[in-house]
Order: sequence, then structure tokens, then C-alpha cells
Amino acid sequence: MNPALNVRVWRGTAEGEFQQFEVPRHPSQTVLDVVTHIQRALDPTLAYRFACRVGMCGSCAMTVNGVARWTCRTHVDKVAKEGRLEIAPLRNLPVIRDLVADMREFFDKWARAKGQFKGASSRKTDFIRVQPDSEARRRADAAIECIGCGVCYASCEVVERNREYLGPAALNRAWTLLNDARDVANAGRLRAIAGDAGCHACHTQMGCTEHCPKKLSPTAGIAGLKRAVARAAFRGEL
Amino acid sequence: MNARTETLLWVAQRMSAAVLAICVVVHLVTMTYAIRGGLSAAEILSRTQGSVGWLAFYTLFVVAVTVHVPIGLRAVFSEWLGWQGRYRDAVLFLFALSLAVLGMRAVLGVFR
Repeated sequence: MNPALNVRVWRGTAEGEFQQFEVPRHPSQTVLDVVTHIQRALDPTLAYRFACRVGMCGSCAMTVNGVARWTCRTHVDKVAKEGRLEIAPLRNLPVIRDLVADMREFFDKWARAKGQFKGASSRKTDFIRVQPDSEARRRADAAIECIGCGVCYASCEVVERNREYLGPAALNRAWTLLNDARDVANAGRLRAIAGDAGCHACHTQMGCTEHCPKKLSPTAGIAGLKRAVARAAFRGEL
Repeated sequence: MNARTETLLWVAQRMSAAVLAICVVVHLVTMTYAIRGGLSAAEILSRTQGSVGWLAFYTLFVVAVTVHVPIGLRAVFSEWLGWQGRYRDAVLFLFALSLAVLGMRAVLGVFR
């Protein structure tokens, strides 16, 4: 094992530069371990974001050697080329400082895509029974494990070109709700996710699907939304 | 433009793409087959003139192009040039019209 890693870390906001650090190598070291070492031992002014460290919270995503990744579950061994790492904030989002991206527009778009669950039952109504092997349940299952890390959003070339585009994560969320038998807001949701800023902007380049750390396929969900929206348009429900 | 219209544009582009996929193959295969023995323009015209089948096929081809190309350009203008709004759509409508007129002029030219 090499004695040290050569790490370049983005410092600044939209304007800034990479700063070089030498970080000792350890077995099973993650990229988040590297960033944490820099902040705790080399430069306490470095800003970055993390919480759970086990791939659940979705807060530690960064651009590592040019690719958006969840850093807590990314082993240095797998991504460091010749002992070199370049760590930058997520693309397609404003930078607050150093490695911290401003996630507001990302989550605002979840709200614009009507990503909130809206049920109609109360404590007096009976449970809606969802068969685990029903088609809708299986479709929702395939998309439900999103942790909101923003890796798909940072990897999407349509987001880069079309700033109004809702993006893969918000549309994936809408897709799970569309397949939720308990939700009653799908008419408005389909209106919200249709058109030039919605599912129809997707070019099926699959950057989101290729890079999603949870191995989800927002592209498949978006294709499903396109079909659902087309059906609604023909029925005059859009 | 509202969500319904944008959705129908998307559907129209997908449907015209399916038609074009067939039309382009038929067009290329026919062209390659027709000229393999050194066919002259006069001989080609003798086959197309008065042929309702070819008239129908190439009319369908022109209609598919007229629908497909402007909708695709609409996205290209938007994403590459940041050009959106009614003025863009009006220009593309005129472009579609010119595709239809020029295309049908060519189709009728080899039919008559």
C-alpha cells in the first residue's frame, strides 16, 4: 500500500481552486475518511457535509475524480488512480463553500413535482390492502429506496442544459407515489411533472441510472411517467 | 405552452419517429436496389409517375418529417441555445410549413 494519498480538494464557492493535501493510506479507507482526516488533522476550515456514514442519510455526496459518488461508501482503493484523488462539490448545484453544495433547488423540485404523499383515509376508514406482488407495488418497490443524495441530479446532462428540469430524483419520487394505491393526488401530480421541464425533457441518457449508489433506475420511472402522462393527455385529464 | 400540449408534442414526435424508422429503411433499400444496374432518371420517373402507391408512401414520409423535425429542433434550440417562448415556436411552425411545401413539391414533381 502506498504510504500517502495525493488529494486535491476544491476550496471556495463557484470561484475557487483546488488545494493539495497528503493523507496517509489505511486499509478499507473511504473517501469520506479522507475528507474527515483533512478537516480534523490538516485544515479545520474545510467545509463538507456528512451525517450517518453508513449510506443511509444521503448527505455526503461529492464529485470524486470527476464522478458523483456517495463518499461514505466509496472505498479509496476503487477510485484513487495511482494514489490520486480529486474531490469537488456536486455538479449542477450552487456551491455554498468548499465541498458543500446548496441542495435547496434539488429538494424544491421534489416539492414542485408534488413529491408529498397525500392520503384520504382517516382513523375511521379501513386500511387499503396492497398486495406485495401486485404490479404497482413491485414498481414502487424498485424505486422507493432513494436516499436523496443528489448523485443522479449531479450526473444528469439534461439538468446541466435545462435548469428548469425537475431532475431524476424528483421524478423518481413522483413515480413511487403514482404507484401508491393510498395516494389521491395523482391528477395534479401528473400535471406537475409533464412537459418541457418535467419527464418529457429526459433524453434517456441514463447518467442517473449509471451513477445511482442505490442502484435504482430513475430512467425506468421517468419512462413510466411519460406513458402515464400520455394516457392522461389522451383522456383529457391533464 | 401548457403541459397537455407539450405532452402531445412529445407523443407526436415519438409516433412520427416510428413512421420515419420504416420510411427511411424503405427509401434507402429502394434507392440502392433501383440504381444497382445503372438506372437513369427517366427510368425512375417512368416508375413513379402515376404511381399512387409511391405517392402515398412519400406523402407519409413528408408528413412524418414535417412533424418530427421541428419538435426535435424545439428541444435543441431550448437546451443548446437557451431559446424558448412563442417566437421560437412561431419560427419552427414556419419551418414545418416550408418542410411540408418543399417536400410535397418534390413528391408531386415525380408523380405528375
